[in-house]
Amino acid sequence: MAFPQPRPQAPQLPQHLWRTVDCQQGAVRAVRFNADGNYLLTCGSDKSLKLWSVSRGTLLKTYSGHGYEVLDADGSYDNSQLCSCSSDKTVILWDVASGQVTRKLRGHAGKVNCVQFNEEATVMLSGSIDGTVRCWDTRSRRMEPIQILDESQDGISSLKVSEHELLTGSVDGRVRRYDLRMGQLQVDYIGSPITCVCFSRDGQCTLSSSLDSTVRLLDKSTGEMLGEYSGHVNKGYKLDCCLTDKDTHVLSCSEDGHVYYWDLVEGSLTLKLPVGKAVVQSLSFHPTEPRLLTSMEGRVQVWGAEPEDAAENES
Amino acid sequence: MASDEDSDEDFVTYGTPLEPLEEDEPSRKPIPVHEQTVKDEKGRYKRFHGAFTGGFSAGYFNTVGSKEGWTPSTFVSSRQQKSEKHNARPEDFMDEEDFGEHGIAPREITTTDEFASERKDQIKDKARAVSSLAALIPGDPGLLEEFIAPARSSIGVELLRKMGWKDGQGVGPRLKRKPRKQNTGRVYGCSLPRNGSEESEEDDDEFAPENVTFAPKDVVPVDFTPKVDSHGLGYRGLNPLQALGGGSGSGHINLFTLQSDRTTNLFGDRASGQERRGGIAGQAFGVGAMEEEDGDIYHKDSMSNYDNVLGGEEPGDGLYGWTAPQQYTKKKNALKRVMAYSGRILDGFALASEVTEIKTVYPPPDLPRDFRPVHYFRPVIDPSTVSPIVAQALQLSRGQLSQDASQQGRHKLDSTQRRDMLGESALQGPSSVFELLESKDRERLTEIRKAAESQKPSESNLSSAVDRAVVVASAKAKAAALQALSSRFQSSSTQPQPPSETQMALNAWSGPTADASKTFKPFSKNPQKQARYDLYISKLKQGDKDAVELSLDSSMTEWERGREREEFVRAALLYKPSSSSLSSRFTHGKHEEDTDTVDVAQEQENDVDDKQAAVKMKMFGKLTRDTFEWHPDKLLCKRFNIPDPYPGSSMVGMPKVKRDKYSVFNFLTIPDGSQVNPSDPKPSSSTIPRVTAEASSKKSRWDVPVQASEPKDAVSAFLSETRSEVSATQQTEAEVKTQTDALPASATSEVKVAQSVEKQSDQKNEEEEEEEEEEVRPSMDLFKAIFASSSDEKSSSSSEDEAEEEEELAPPTSEAAQSTTTSGTVIPPIPAQFTPAPDINKAMDLKHLTVQSVPSAETTAQSTQSSLNAPAKSQGLDEEEFGPRLPPPGFVPSTHSPQMKKQKKKDKEKHKGKKHKKEKKKKKSKKHKHKGKQKKRHEESDSSSDDTDSNSEDVDRDVPTSELLQRLKNLKNKR
Repeated sequence: MAFPQPRPQAPQLPQHLWRTVDCQQGAVRAVRFNADGNYLLTCGSDKSLKLWSVSRGTLLKTYSGHGYEVLDADGSYDNSQLCSCSSDKTVILWDVASGQVTRKLRGHAGKVNCVQFNEEATVMLSGSIDGTVRCWDTRSRRMEPIQILDESQDGISSLKVSEHELLTGSVDGRVRRYDLRMGQLQVDYIGSPITCVCFSRDGQCTLSSSLDSTVRLLDKSTGEMLGEYSGHVNKGYKLDCCLTDKDTHVLSCSEDGHVYYWDLVEGSLTLKLPVGKAVVQSLSFHPTEPRLLTSMEGRVQVWGAEPEDAAENES
Repeated sequence: MASDEDSDEDFVTYGTPLEPLEEDEPSRKPIPVHEQTVKDEKGRYKRFHGAFTGGFSAGYFNTVGSKEGWTPSTFVSSRQQKSEKHNARPEDFMDEEDFGEHGIAPREITTTDEFASERKDQIKDKARAVSSLAALIPGDPGLLEEFIAPARSSIGVELLRKMGWKDGQGVGPRLKRKPRKQNTGRVYGCSLPRNGSEESEEDDDEFAPENVTFAPKDVVPVDFTPKVDSHGLGYRGLNPLQALGGGSGSGHINLFTLQSDRTTNLFGDRASGQERRGGIAGQAFGVGAMEEEDGDIYHKDSMSNYDNVLGGEEPGDGLYGWTAPQQYTKKKNALKRVMAYSGRILDGFALASEVTEIKTVYPPPDLPRDFRPVHYFRPVIDPSTVSPIVAQALQLSRGQLSQDASQQGRHKLDSTQRRDMLGESALQGPSSVFELLESKDRERLTEIRKAAESQKPSESNLSSAVDRAVVVASAKAKAAALQALSSRFQSSSTQPQPPSETQMALNAWSGPTADASKTFKPFSKNPQKQARYDLYISKLKQGDKDAVELSLDSSMTEWERGREREEFVRAALLYKPSSSSLSSRFTHGKHEEDTDTVDVAQEQENDVDDKQAAVKMKMFGKLTRDTFEWHPDKLLCKRFNIPDPYPGSSMVGMPKVKRDKYSVFNFLTIPDGSQVNPSDPKPSSSTIPRVTAEASSKKSRWDVPVQASEPKDAVSAFLSETRSEVSATQQTEAEVKTQTDALPASATSEVKVAQSVEKQSDQKNEEEEEEEEEEVRPSMDLFKAIFASSSDEKSSSSSEDEAEEEEELAPPTSEAAQSTTTSGTVIPPIPAQFTPAPDINKAMDLKHLTVQSVPSAETTAQSTQSSLNAPAKSQGLDEEEFGPRLPPPGFVPSTHSPQMKKQKKKDKEKHKGKKHKKEKKKKKSKKHKHKGKQKKRHEESDSSSDDTDSNSEDVDRDVPTSELLQRLKNLKNKR
C-alpha cells in the first residue's frame, strides 16, 4: 500500500457508567442492541419485551404477548421487525411500530433459549431446551419451520447467525457450526455445558463460554483453541460473553457481579468492571462503538468508553 | 373377493393416493395454487414449458448449463495420451428421465444374449429385413451368415444337456408309466373321428415295465401370439399362394387352422400321430361338394364333448411306443400281489413300494433318584484366609460328609479327597475356589471374619454364630461354584460373563419392585426368545440364582446359549423394573410406521472419552472436531441467498441410515476383555460396563460441572446374601431398631425397599433414574426428609443450604427429622408422615411406595458415597431445569424491602458456605430453624405484598403443595 496504516488507536473500553435503566419488568433476562446500536431491547421475566432508546434511556414501546418470561430477542437489520422467544415455548415476530404480534410460532417442545434473525431477516432461528434449532420463515405464512436441526443431544443455550453460518452452543458441551454454503456441520467438543457462543467480528473465530468458568476462542476453520480466558465465575447460570467492536477484547459476564475484559491476544485480564452485587446476566456490545449494555436483576446499565459528557461534547 | 385385498399390493401404482376421507375430521383448507407443486422423483421442482418445447424438462432441469449438455468439450490429445475417438451415442443427448420408465429409451434389466431364450429378436429381424434389400442374395439376408455363424445354444439348453437332457425330450423328472387315461383328448366344437393309433394303446398296459422310467414328453411352450386380424377364431383366410398355385397336393384349401400353432402347442401330443381329415368339416358347414361321406350331417352335440374342469388330466399314455417284454409284466403282477392292500387308498396317496423298517427305540437310562443336573463344587477353603469360626464350621460339616463319603461313592467325594485316594500330586493351578473368587468377594469374606472377630461372641452365642457362618459360607461357595460352572460352560469365543452382572440382575429383579405385566419386551420380535426371556425374568423374581441357565433352551448350541445368556442378563439389567415403572406411564403407539428399522445418523461421532482427554490437555482442534455432511433445506438456502450445496439432493439434515431397531446390541456394547478382568484389583472398574462409563460422563455435564466421576463404592452395587445377612443384621439393624422403634412398620419396610433399590444402583442406573425423576417426581416432602436427615447425618456443610431451604419450607417435618437424625445410620429414617396408607399389603400402595423410594434411595446413596457430589446432585433435584439456569430474578423495585436484601445477602453467604467443610450439626439445625422461620415470614410478606408477581418462579418451585394451598387460602381470605 502506498500509505502506511494509520497507527491503531489504543482500544477504548467501556468502563464509565452512562446511565442505569430500571426496566420495571422483573429480572431482565437479556439485553440486546438493535442492528445500529441506537436502541436496546430488554427481555423481562414479566413476559414483556421492551424497546428503549440508548441515548436517552426512555421507554419507547412495550411488547406484550408472551405467556412466560422472555428469554431472548433480536432486531432485524432494517429495524422493522423484532423477534423474541420465551419460556412459553413460542417464538414471536413483532412489528416494531405497531407493537403487534406478526407471527407467533409454536413448535418447540421446551422453553426457547435464544433467537436470532438471519442477515436479511428472512429467517428466524430459535434454539430451545428441547435440543432443536428451528428455522422459521418470516416471508411465508407457513407456521411450520423450514428446517429443524436436531443434532444436539441436549438443550441449545445459545445461537448466532452469520451470513452463511449458524453457530449453536449446547448443554451437551458442543459448539456446532452449520455451514450452509459448504453443507457441513462442524462439531467442536468443549466438554462443559456451553452458555454462550459468538462469532468474532471478522468471522474467523468463535467464542464460547461454558460452565467451567472459561471462555474459549476457537479457530473457526480448524477448531484449534486460540485463547482461553478465565478468572470469572460462571458455574451455574446462563451468562453471556461477547467481543468488543474491534475484536480487541473478550468480555464475559460473571456471577460475582463484574464484567471481565480480557485482551484477546494476550489472554490477560484487562479490566474487571464492577456492575453490582448480583449476577451480571446478559451483556451486549455496540456494533460499532465502544459501548456496552449489561443487565443485572431488573436493571440495565449503559457503559461508555469515556464519561458521557465528554462523549457528547465530541459528537 | 377376498383375494382382491391381497392382490392390491401387487399392483403397480403411479401417483400419490388420496388420503382416506375421515368423517369427523374438520375440513382442511385446500392447498393454495402456489403451493401445489409438481416434483419429480428426486424432489426437484418441475416447471412445465409447454408440450412442444420440452415438456417438464427443458434444458437441464430448468437451468442453463448442465453436466455435459452445454459445456463444449475440449479436445486434448498429446503424445502420451492420445485422445480417444468419441462416438456420440444417442444416449449422450438424453436426459436422465428419458431412460426412466416412461422415457423414450427406457432402461430396464434385460437378459444378455447368452442367457436369452431363443425367442426371436424383433429388432434384429427388422434390421435383417432392411439389410436384405442390399444383400448379395436378395431375399435371404442372413443365409451366408448363418452358414458361417457357429451354432450356439442358449445356456439353458447347455445346462439341460449337462443334466442328461436330450433333444426332443421333455423337461422334468423322469416318469414311470402312467395309468392309462380314459379320454385321451378333448374336442372343442367339431370333433374329429378317432384314428387307429389311439385304439392300439388300450392294451399297452401289460407291457409297461416297472423299473423303467421315461423322459416326459416334450411340450412346446404356449405361444400366445396376439390375434390381430378380424377373422373368426381359427380362421386363417385364403392363402393366395396355396389357392392359386396349388401348393398342396390334396387340392383342398384349409381355411381353419385346426392344427395351427395354437392348438399344437396346447394339445401337441394328441395331434402328433393323427392324420387329420382335410377339408371343411363340421356342423356349421354341412358336407362339402367334394366330400364323399355325408353321414354325420345332423350331428348332435353332447355335453360330454365339453370339458367342464379347468386343468384336467394330462393326456398321453406315457408309453411312447415302447413295447415291454413279457417278463416285466409278470413281475409287476407278482409285486402287486405282495403289496395287496385291503383298505382304500386315499386320493393323492400311493402305496409305499417298500416296507419301512421299524426302528428299535432304546429307552433312556434311568436316572438315580437323587440325581441333580447341576453340580456344585465343594468349597475348599484355605483355613489361613478364613476366620477360624468359618474354618471350624466347614471342617465340621466336611467331617460329617467325609464320614459317609466312603459309603456313597465317588460323587460325594471332593476333588482333593479323590486325589488323595488316587495318590496323585496336587495340581499346579489354583488349589482352592477362593483363588477363583473375585477379590471383592474375598474382601467381603475377610470382612465377615473381622466382624466375627470383633464381636467375640460368648460361648453360648458361638454356636449360633457358627451356624450362621456356615450358612453364609455355603451360600458363598454355591455362588462361587455357579460362577465357575458358568464360566466353564461358556465357550472360549464368548467373554466370561462378569458374575456380578447376574448378581445385579438378580438383585434388581428379586425385589418386590418387579412388576410382571409392565416389563419391557426386548425380544418381542422373536416370540420364542421372548418366552425364554420371560421365563428368565420370572425366575429372577423368584430369586432363583441360576435363572439364566434354567430358562435357556437346552437344544441350542453352546455358543448360542452363551450368547443368549449374556443378552438376557444385560437386558434384565437394562430394562429393570424401575424403568418399567416409567414405561408404564406411557402407552404404546397404536401406529408404528416402520418397526424394524430406525434412522440413525450415518456418521457417528468419535469417542467422547478421547475428546475429554483432549480437552483436558487443551488440545483443541482435530481431536475435538467432527465434521459431518449436513444438508440444509432448499428453502433455507434460498432465504440465506446461498446456492444449495447439494443441488439435486432432496435430503435434509444429516444423512441417515436405517438400522435395526430393537436389537439389544444397538443399546449394549459387549464389554471388552480389557474391561472385564476378574482379577482386577480395583473393585469398581471391573464391574461397571462400558455403557455406564459413558453414561456417567454424559451425566456429568448435566447441569453443573460435577467433579470427575469418582469410582463409586462397589459394595453398594453388589449386594450379596452375605451382606444382607451379616453386615446388615450385625451392624445396622440393631441400631436402626433401637432408634426407629417409634416409626411405624410401614416406614421400615419402605426403607427396605429403598435399600434394595440402592443395592442395584450403579452409575448407569443413577442416570436413568435421574431422567426418570423428571417424570416421576415424588412429593416434595420426601426430598425434604431425606435431605434433612442425610445432610445432617453426614454433617457436611456442603448440603447445608439445601437443608436450609427444605426446612424453611416445611418446619413441621424438620423437627421430626431432627429427632431421628441424631444417629449415624446408613439408612435414612423416614418420618411417619410419608407413608400415607399404612396398609402396605395392598399392591397399589406398594407400587406407589416403590416409585417414590427410587429417587430417595438414589440420593441417599449418593450422599453417603460422596459428600462432594451432594450439592450438585440435590441442586439438580431442586431445579426442574436442564442446562444452565437463569439467575434469580432479584427483587422487583416495587417490593423493595430490607428483609429481602437480607435474604439476598444470605444467599450469597450460602454460596460461600459451600466451601466450608464440617460444622457442628446441632448448631446448624438450630440455625436452620431460625432461618427457616425468618424466611417463611419473608415469603409470606412477599406474596401478600405482591400478588401478581410472576417472577418468583424459583421460589415457587420449592414451595410444597401444602404451603401453596395455604397461600391460596390467604389470598382468598383477603379478597
